[in-house]
Amino acid sequence: MTQLEGRKLSIAFGGVHAVEDVSLAIARGELVGLIGPNGAGKTTLLRLLTGILAPDAGEVRFEGRDVTRMPIHRRAQLGLALTHQIVRPFRDMTLAENVMMAAAGEVTRRPWTALAALDTRRSRERAMALLERLGIADAADKPARNAPLGYLKRMQVARALALGPRLLMLDEPLAGLNYAEAGRFADLIVELNAGALTIVLVEHNLGEVTRIARRLVVLHNGALLAEGAPREVMARADVRDAYLGAEAHA
Amino acid sequence: MDYYVSVATFAALNVILALGLNLISGFCGQVSLGHAAFYGLGAYAAALCSVAGVPFAFSLLAGIAVAGLAGIVVGFAALRVREDFLAIVTMGVGFLFLGAVRKQPWLGAEMGIAKIPSPLDKWGYAALAIGAAVVLVVLSLHVRRSWMGRAFGAVAQDEDAARTIGIDVPGYKIAAFFLGTAAAGLAGGIYAHMTQLIVPDAFNFIQSITVLAMVVIGGIGSTLGVVVGAVLLTLMPELFRFINDYKLLVYGALLLLVMRFSPDGLAGLARRTLGVRLA
Repeated sequence: MTQLEGRKLSIAFGGVHAVEDVSLAIARGELVGLIGPNGAGKTTLLRLLTGILAPDAGEVRFEGRDVTRMPIHRRAQLGLALTHQIVRPFRDMTLAENVMMAAAGEVTRRPWTALAALDTRRSRERAMALLERLGIADAADKPARNAPLGYLKRMQVARALALGPRLLMLDEPLAGLNYAEAGRFADLIVELNAGALTIVLVEHNLGEVTRIARRLVVLHNGALLAEGAPREVMARADVRDAYLGAEAHA
Repeated sequence: MDYYVSVATFAALNVILALGLNLISGFCGQVSLGHAAFYGLGAYAAALCSVAGVPFAFSLLAGIAVAGLAGIVVGFAALRVREDFLAIVTMGVGFLFLGAVRKQPWLGAEMGIAKIPSPLDKWGYAALAIGAAVVLVVLSLHVRRSWMGRAFGAVAQDEDAARTIGIDVPGYKIAAFFLGTAAAGLAGGIYAHMTQLIVPDAFNFIQSITVLAMVVIGGIGSTLGVVVGAVLLTLMPELFRFINDYKLLVYGALLLLVMRFSPDGLAGLARRTLGVRLA
């Protein structure tokens, strides 16, 4: 069953068609890798799906609802969570407080009810359980500003999971991690997906993404080039050409 | 004695103004250079009500309501702009207020509003202003500890990240503007009745900057630091008469020193040198 759908999405920046007429459907429980060479429009497409950008044309549907013009925070409340390519922690908070902020979504939904709410115990428990699950509970009370990148990447996922999402979009979750860290992180993504969470990731690390994704979507020059099982997609001549560019024709 | 009572009252009014601005700029991270406009709106609204025969308490409430509603309107306008642009917009709001008031005959134009009924004596105003300041201190400390304060912190630190975890960023910004400007409206209402005369110039850009200086020098975001900053900057020109003529120069120099040596103000200085954490 289709959970997230982009229909004929297009957006241009100053005359450059970053994404043009792209349609894709993500089924519930899938683990989809969105790949393509630099500048293919992957991050832009992800931003269109999450609402950071509004498309010039086309629509986005999440669980049957048209969410094209819905603000990001409302989509997040509906269960569509994302992590940023460049980590964006709340730097003056500890890692635990960062996750608590998302875990307290019910409380902070309306400013005036938030004013009356002081209790942090429940969100703290939730945050600690998630930090534990992501293996960074040891640094829970360390300030985010001093935390190493690997910790912040995991914290971002914990923070997104604290929203209780049904679909998680990860923008280059493995970027900046070393070989071993990337492998462990990829395993974690598989584990989360096995728990019935739909995951869409944009990733440059082709080795890991072909290992873990069950379906790949390839973008090239803002358009959909190919989609299908990782092995088949990576074996296609046009996909290889897109990645290797001019060298392949030399 | 009367003199000390009125200095104390002014210090308390400045505490209310500064804490209001601290809610907007310190807690929620939204720069405002037009805080005096809301002080003025509260003063004018309360004064007009009292002159029309409305009981004192309701006039004060009217001042709070008018300033708070204007704050919500400015808050909406502020949703589209950030940081330096927001600073310009709020500065514009201040000039807009002054420009409008100066040209309105029904607001007394340049002459302002005189003969505002005064139901209390000096001691009464002092008690009222200090009481209101204490309420605002308690409210500020409470907001900081509540989930509203935490959400304000998230908005202040990274509003895009806040959005992605489901925080209603516009809602929180408007709430901050409402609370902060309503407080300024209360200060304005008390001020108008105490002095029985208000003129547009009492609510000019310099007044906005003075309140901002109190917040920054005290330590932006720190309730108790801001209280100290407001009291100190009220007393300084009184203690050193010669400063009065050079008030702005001294405030400017202080701002510069704070920015250079202790960007988190006196609260930050206290933490680093004495190890005292001011809430």
